Amino acid sequence: MSYHMYNREAEAMPKEKLRELQSERLCEMVKRVYEKVPMYRERFDSMGLKPEDIKSINDLTKLPFTYKQDLRDNYPFGLFAVPMDEVVRIHASSGTTGKQTVVGYTEKDMKLWGEVMARTIGAGGVTKSDIGHISYGYGLFTGGLGGGLGSETIGCATIPASTGNTKRQVTILEDFKPTFILATPSYALTIAEYMEQNGITADSLNLKAGFFGAEPWTESMRKEIEKRLNLKAYDIYGLSEVIGPGVAYECECQHGLHVNEDHFYLEIIDPETGEPLPDGTEGEIVFTCMTKEALPLIRYRTRDVGMRIPGECECGRTFVRMMKPAGRTDDMLIIRGVNVFPSQIESVLMELDGIAPYYQMIVERTGNLDNLTVLVELTEDTFTDEVRKLEAMSKKVTDAIHSVLGIACKVKLVEPKSIERFEGKAKRVIDKRTQVNF
Amino acid sequence: MLLKQISVFAENRRGAIMDITGVLFNAGVNLRAISIADTTDFGVVRLIVDKRKEALTALRENGMTVKETDVVALAVDDTPGAFHNALKALTESGIMVEYSYGFVSPIGEGATIILKCDDQEKALGCLTAKGFKLLTADDVKF
Repeated sequence: MSYHMYNREAEAMPKEKLRELQSERLCEMVKRVYEKVPMYRERFDSMGLKPEDIKSINDLTKLPFTYKQDLRDNYPFGLFAVPMDEVVRIHASSGTTGKQTVVGYTEKDMKLWGEVMARTIGAGGVTKSDIGHISYGYGLFTGGLGGGLGSETIGCATIPASTGNTKRQVTILEDFKPTFILATPSYALTIAEYMEQNGITADSLNLKAGFFGAEPWTESMRKEIEKRLNLKAYDIYGLSEVIGPGVAYECECQHGLHVNEDHFYLEIIDPETGEPLPDGTEGEIVFTCMTKEALPLIRYRTRDVGMRIPGECECGRTFVRMMKPAGRTDDMLIIRGVNVFPSQIESVLMELDGIAPYYQMIVERTGNLDNLTVLVELTEDTFTDEVRKLEAMSKKVTDAIHSVLGIACKVKLVEPKSIERFEGKAKRVIDKRTQVNF
Repeated sequence: MLLKQISVFAENRRGAIMDITGVLFNAGVNLRAISIADTTDFGVVRLIVDKRKEALTALRENGMTVKETDVVALAVDDTPGAFHNALKALTESGIMVEYSYGFVSPIGEGATIILKCDDQEKALGCLTAKGFKLLTADDVKF
């Protein structure tokens, strides 16, 4: 069997050649970053490290780590390695305390993004004769525009459907006959559900492949999506700090995700000691962007838990495979593909008058969609006899959370002291979803 | 004179109203009237009781969220159109009724209608001027 590849020369590059390329690119990047990014220069200097000390990819572990906090401390553009003149695109993801994570791209970075996303989609057999339906959100979130860019790079007719309005999306799927779709797995199932409710069968669509990511999903969800939408479902992985979608992707063998290793170097480390772990051992996923111009992060700690899969893949790609992330090393929740921290909800409530600081987030999966309910305790001061005012109050909280997190939630006012306290503090999160694999 | 109504917040859960009546029973409070406003997520239980102070203390001691609200208590005859005439008077004076509930009058024949209007003082003035009989706290005590 011959496996599909968008860029066989790169994806199936001989291992030694790949290693050479990585060394060359890393050394060049380190020099550039030392020159252009004050934070890295200070960090190198304090360690007594010079760019010349990095002679090959083997020296990677000599380099300092980069943390999410570094992005916040240098908000918004402090870690950019190019002047703003050269930046052509900004994306941002929601942050914990109102501060979002901001990333930038130069024209060359955009080309790179298109390339790695094209490889991602191409691995599922997509060629320029295909029609792509992009159901990731278009906007500050990298999913929609990044996915669309990959589809256009291949040369596919690309439909920027974005999220929402499922009825219209189904009409497009039926009428425009796209051959592949990009969406969060839960949204794919929402589409399937809508179709079933309205007597539309998968036969009336023309989808052959789907590329799903940005939220936890399981093997059983994969089977369900494949059956209900009649397509082959591929897992994709990415994070905006590295580039967005396009960091790692599944091939037709579907045994782990190939990392676009000629651009992003994957390390697995012990999160406690920072020591690199051997292949086949689970640990924290760390990425180094070797070729990005605007935001070349060195040894970025993703806080995702994953593993480098030992051995070679049958598909012929030489890129290392990583095991789909199995969890987070911190308290972040991924709800409908959006990163949510409990502290974000807290800061929203603190800003609203008359709302008790006691709250609880309940995340459930109803059908195939993540649902967030926020319980908020009422106080005697905020309580009023008028139902209208109480409803307005919960709507105010709902709107405020929506504007900060970008996701809809249900706010439920509850009796004072009814939220379970744990060592004096309310238990903040109840995640009722089972099997969170991503 | 306006009458004091006690409003209690109640979540939509089994036994929520019973918890309230239980507290009042233990405090020896008698209910004169009760009305419940319900929404999808919560309810507001509105009460007229004989011993207001005791009821408030007992409810608060049991961790309930309570609030006192001024309401108009209107005594009407047990005849067709009695309540309608009162509403007509209020409407013609530009007053809006937010909610209303009734109970058998503790003072002889007829019924008592509880009214919560957008402007309670104005409603009180309007009804008094038109000669409607209004109840006071003493009337619901006995």
